[in-house]
Amino acid sequence: MKKIAIFFVLAVMTASIFAGCGQKSDSGTVSTDGSTSMEKVIGALGEAFEQEYDSVTFTYNPTGSGTGIQAVSEGRCDIGLSSRNLKDEEKEQGLSETVLAYDGIAVIVNPENDVSDLSVEDIAKIYKGEITNWKDVGGKDGEIVPIGREAGSGTRDGFESITKTEDACKYHQELTSTGDVITTVGGNPNAIGYASLASVSDSVKAVSVNGVTPSEETVKDGSYVVQRPFVLVTKEDKKLSGTAQKFFDYVTSSDASDIISKAGVVPAK
Amino acid sequence: MKNKKAFENMIHGIFLMLGLIAVGCVLLITVYLVIAGIPAIREIGLFKFLFGKTWESTSANPSYGILPFILTSIYGTAGAIIIGVPIGFLTAVYLSKIAPQKIKAAVGTAVSLLAGIPSVVYGLVGMLVLVPGIREIFHLADGASLLAAIIVLAIMILPSIIKVSVTALDAVPKEYEDASLALGATPVETYFKVSVPAAKSGIAAAVVLGIGRAIGEAMAVMMVSGNVANMPGLFQSVRFLTTAVASEMSYSSGLQRQALFSIALVLFLFIMLINATLNFFLKGKKGD
Repeated sequence: MKKIAIFFVLAVMTASIFAGCGQKSDSGTVSTDGSTSMEKVIGALGEAFEQEYDSVTFTYNPTGSGTGIQAVSEGRCDIGLSSRNLKDEEKEQGLSETVLAYDGIAVIVNPENDVSDLSVEDIAKIYKGEITNWKDVGGKDGEIVPIGREAGSGTRDGFESITKTEDACKYHQELTSTGDVITTVGGNPNAIGYASLASVSDSVKAVSVNGVTPSEETVKDGSYVVQRPFVLVTKEDKKLSGTAQKFFDYVTSSDASDIISKAGVVPAK
Repeated sequence: MKNKKAFENMIHGIFLMLGLIAVGCVLLITVYLVIAGIPAIREIGLFKFLFGKTWESTSANPSYGILPFILTSIYGTAGAIIIGVPIGFLTAVYLSKIAPQKIKAAVGTAVSLLAGIPSVVYGLVGMLVLVPGIREIFHLADGASLLAAIIVLAIMILPSIIKVSVTALDAVPKEYEDASLALGATPVETYFKVSVPAAKSGIAAAVVLGIGRAIGEAMAVMMVSGNVANMPGLFQSVRFLTTAVASEMSYSSGLQRQALFSIALVLFLFIMLINATLNFFLKGKKGD
């Protein structure tokens, strides 16, 4: 009996690992696949969608933007999720993009820090360890302490891809939540960190980048550059299933804006 | 009569099942960890995995070497023991042998309270007080370091060391001490030459218990140690075996996730080793 019980629990655990793979898009379900960074926002939307409509099932397979785009072009999911714009050759394959939201990432320093503006190049150099003292970027003398997020975090992925510092960052601390980053930067006059724009509080100072102050407006109009789009990818020649279309309409409606903002990103609508 | 017997049997059956739950959990976790942990080790290579010095799980050319984590866990635990054991041991001697009843009760309550504080609270206080403190005292750019983790761990293991040692010291028969005093030894001589040796297996068990607590702690350590996969240094930002699993688990995928299971397996083996040592000491105690 024990063996059976163990087997059963093991089976459930194994199944839960593989859950989310290879769902077929029959009626009543909508399957999404792609960017891990969009986990929070798409999860919140999926939950709200399931509450709004009875007997629909929403699935999300966190694989990465590239895989998500490929999955939708091969018809393995209804909607692909990408945290970058489609490339021209991807558009030529008959894929179309709809921007769901913009993910603005604020670069934050301690309020005591004199520095209030940094260029993207300087930020990249600071994180790569090429600039190590605040006086080199117009601040007081003091060793810069770069704070970041753990490997695999969507914010880290976004920050590193925008500043082109992938795999080159020399962090002094890798923290596991936005709150930790803000607390740590708020407590150390020499620290610099990054956090999703929506969660920046008064205990830290968000610097302007290339002279543009981060805000919802500057993220939306594109003048604040430390940002990236969250894109829904669909196939042009293939009509979405009924449920998937409903989901698509739901998340792009203005009703969904609140949910999107709550997930920490700027809604496109 | 028959009814009664059936009832008895039923109760026995229920108790047996409840007893098997714990055993089943241990078996399940062990089996699952081994099954989940082996594939990544096989893919990466045992030597490369255990002795590789770089951990870059998400880079374009990922490398999965956990030597920094293993060494950090060992150094961190050793540091906590070096600071925590003398304090805990001497506190236990004082509480058990010297302290007046009132003080013993008051300190005992405080120690129990210390044991009951959730580790996230230790981490929070460490993050807000200890880390900036270390930064100021040692004139560092940042205080999140192995040292901060060691101090937090040392405080966290105090309750288990004190409590188990006090129990062991209290259990020393009073006749031993009386005999020693009657032979002309001073009280302090008696405590350290008679009581402590008589309680040594219990005290050893306390230390091992402390090691187990220190090596398995994740939350508090994660908040003060900085979590960068550096080779350990006292003022370096470091990552422990526990925090390596905890910090990357939520977004991990593929080989990275499997490697995290492998780290958990290594940690599990460490804990098993410590438990075996603990059992060894406790059995020794019975033989005395």
